[in-house]
Amino acid sequence: MRISSSSPGKSSLGLLRRSLLSMTALGVATIGLGALAQPVEAQTLRAVKHSDLRVLDPIITTAYMSRNHGYMVFDTLVALDANFEIQPQMADWEISDDGMTYRFTLREGLMFHDGEPVRPADVIASIRRWGERDGMGQVLMTYIDSMEGDGDDVVVINLSQPYGLVLDSLAKPSSNVPFIMPERLAETPSTEAIPEQIGSGPFRFVQDEFQPGVQAVYLKNEDYVPRDEPSSWAAGGKVVNVDRVEWVTMADDQTALSALMAGEIDYWEQPPADLLPILEGNPEMEVRNLNELGYQTIGRMNFLHPPFDNKLIRQAALAALNQQDVLDAMIGNPDLYNVCASMFICGTPLESDAGAEFGTESHLDRARELLEEAGYDGTPVVIMHPTDVVTLRTQPVVATQLLRDAGFEVDLQATDWQTLVGRRASQAPTDEGGWNMFFTNWVGADVFNPLVNNMVNGRGAEGGWFGWPDIPRAEELRTAYAEATDPEQQVAYARELQELAYDEVMYVPLGEYIVPSAWSTNLDGVLDGPAPFFWNITKAE
Amino acid sequence: MLGYIVQRILAAIPVMGFVALFVFLLLRLTPGDPAAIIAGDAATPAQLAAIRERLGLTDPIHVQFINWITDLLRGDFGVSIISGTPVINMIGSRLEPTISLALTTITLSIIIAVPLGVIAAWKQGTIIDRLVMAISVVGFSVPIFVIGYVMIQIFAMQLGWFPVQGFRSITEGLGPFAQRIFLPTISLTLLYIALIARITRTSMLEILNEDYVRTAHAKGLTDTRVLMRHALRNCAVPIVTVIGIGFALIISGVVVTESVFNLPGIGRLTVDAVLARDYPVIQAVILLASLVYVVVNLLIDIAYVFLDPRIRYQ
Repeated sequence: MRISSSSPGKSSLGLLRRSLLSMTALGVATIGLGALAQPVEAQTLRAVKHSDLRVLDPIITTAYMSRNHGYMVFDTLVALDANFEIQPQMADWEISDDGMTYRFTLREGLMFHDGEPVRPADVIASIRRWGERDGMGQVLMTYIDSMEGDGDDVVVINLSQPYGLVLDSLAKPSSNVPFIMPERLAETPSTEAIPEQIGSGPFRFVQDEFQPGVQAVYLKNEDYVPRDEPSSWAAGGKVVNVDRVEWVTMADDQTALSALMAGEIDYWEQPPADLLPILEGNPEMEVRNLNELGYQTIGRMNFLHPPFDNKLIRQAALAALNQQDVLDAMIGNPDLYNVCASMFICGTPLESDAGAEFGTESHLDRARELLEEAGYDGTPVVIMHPTDVVTLRTQPVVATQLLRDAGFEVDLQATDWQTLVGRRASQAPTDEGGWNMFFTNWVGADVFNPLVNNMVNGRGAEGGWFGWPDIPRAEELRTAYAEATDPEQQVAYARELQELAYDEVMYVPLGEYIVPSAWSTNLDGVLDGPAPFFWNITKAE
Repeated sequence: MLGYIVQRILAAIPVMGFVALFVFLLLRLTPGDPAAIIAGDAATPAQLAAIRERLGLTDPIHVQFINWITDLLRGDFGVSIISGTPVINMIGSRLEPTISLALTTITLSIIIAVPLGVIAAWKQGTIIDRLVMAISVVGFSVPIFVIGYVMIQIFAMQLGWFPVQGFRSITEGLGPFAQRIFLPTISLTLLYIALIARITRTSMLEILNEDYVRTAHAKGLTDTRVLMRHALRNCAVPIVTVIGIGFALIISGVVVTESVFNLPGIGRLTVDAVLARDYPVIQAVILLASLVYVVVNLLIDIAYVFLDPRIRYQ
């Protein structure tokens, strides 16, 4: 080829030179332009949350991001402090001597973001809507005879029979939290999202800057009057010290790590366990667990179809599984997990190991005996395995191996989490799209008593949670717990319920773990709590 | 020519219609339940059923399709099932990062890759040719996320020249915009340099063997003149085709690049919508991608006429 044998001429070199110059010029120009970048506002707090905010109504959904959003925009009548004591928040209360009437007096200065004062009618409508959606709220509503306003600042709740958990229900710290919203919003059907984000909370939601999957922006509510008491969990004064909070969605953990270390974000709610050593080794980072109750990981069986419609076979599965193997595979670092037999979370007033003889360790011989006694015929256990969620993809694999070791036939079916949540609603047999077992995780505050813990609901196929155990005695014990006014009685009922739940294997607690948060040492005053709170935080200039 | 363009535009209508029907049916046949995503983990089956009904997901599929198409023909893309945000707003806010990335990447790729391909062909078999091909192999082989992480580590974390992540609109100033688009552009450009340089080289090698090139040399024209005026223009058709398809690919979403640099582009929107079974958003995004491909192909075909006068459309 003639041309390829020619020596390069000046013009050809020029061509190459021009290309290289173009590249260099673009690079230099861009670097130079970097100097013109706008400075980051000192009082903007940027946070990467565990997920992105999608559903803005914290009542219609139990999604934790929506709950977190609710804490920013809305306020609660009463709230739980770090000692699990109920404290006044929007209102103080008085209880009649017979325990049948609760009078909540709204404190002065409560105002919604649209400038309207908070009235008793807003509170009543909000409690009603929450009571349609939330499990604990539904129970509360069955004990309420009437709710009425008394003047401009008093809400009176009259009970139809004594109920010991009125305040506990209204101080419920996790999904669904009974947030107070304007009556006009609270009248939205509870299956439909509220059309506006108008609350009386410490932050205002900036609708114009909301981009699902990208960011949610909140501004300090200048009109908010915080309580005088110091902040403690969800209670106390919600003093906002920054002008603006941005929740930034980051799909990639490595990017979030780099952004935090480069100072582009200030706070990372849930760094994965394998990145924690990097953050802990950085003197400009603080890493701490903010949620003392942590999380509980669990396995749930389907009571409607073989083989887990047989109690002995469920007990065999319980005996086969163990917490240590699951937690080692899932979390790895023993500092971050805890083997715990209590269904109602270790460290709470209801902690108990009642009924947990086979609850935490594998007893494979016992499992094989139970299978033989039950006449297990080798019906495969269909386990749904969501491979797309880091915190949910290890439990099914470990459980599968343990169940196989005990003599179960297991059909481990890979899927994605959203398919799983759709499929688990199916009550059909496994050959028609049903299932036998799945695993999930709960925030401790969502399982720490018999009323909020969905897995000990015994209402069966009509009103139960996925898996649908039909165990009337469980409902009797939950009711007894709810109606008990003596804490010792409550503990006794919870203990008996746990014994029953283990005996029936209503679910398999597979251990507890914590997920520390990380933030720049520029921040001070980050609060512990059942959810991430953004009041009380100061950011250094 | 005008008649041809009109004909192509009309032909695009049934294509889009088929895509709409296909996507709609595919999504309805895919397992998953948006109501379960809205309601959260603790929702009971009764609550899920109520939400499904409110969303219209219990309507017969043909009713849902007719409702969607009717709204679409009115220019209404609907609202996100999950967030309630108008779909058109969601897509609109994601277009600028994606288009910016596409334009900067393709521009930079052309500036670098075409000369590299020409030189490699011209110097076929020499060290320069081998070097260009080695760069091309690296560009093809190294995953974009690896390039992205390495660049973030060097240029953002250690040198501090660029931010790690994020996007700023060009309306907020050229500086912040350029700072944030630079690293993702470079990461993605390496792949496109590899692709375009290879195509350019291959095309040039064919052209350089043509009689008219030999004739041009025989007439005493310089190498540069032969390369630029006679050879390069005649191999422009395949190069433009690759560039066009590459542009359409980026517009359809480059999820990995967008994730690594946290660019709020169409790719992330698509993935998030699919994971959440957000039907209206998925349908709109796929229709948009189809439209982009149709338009880009049309533009490529039109460009052929200008690049090669022998091509005529009836």
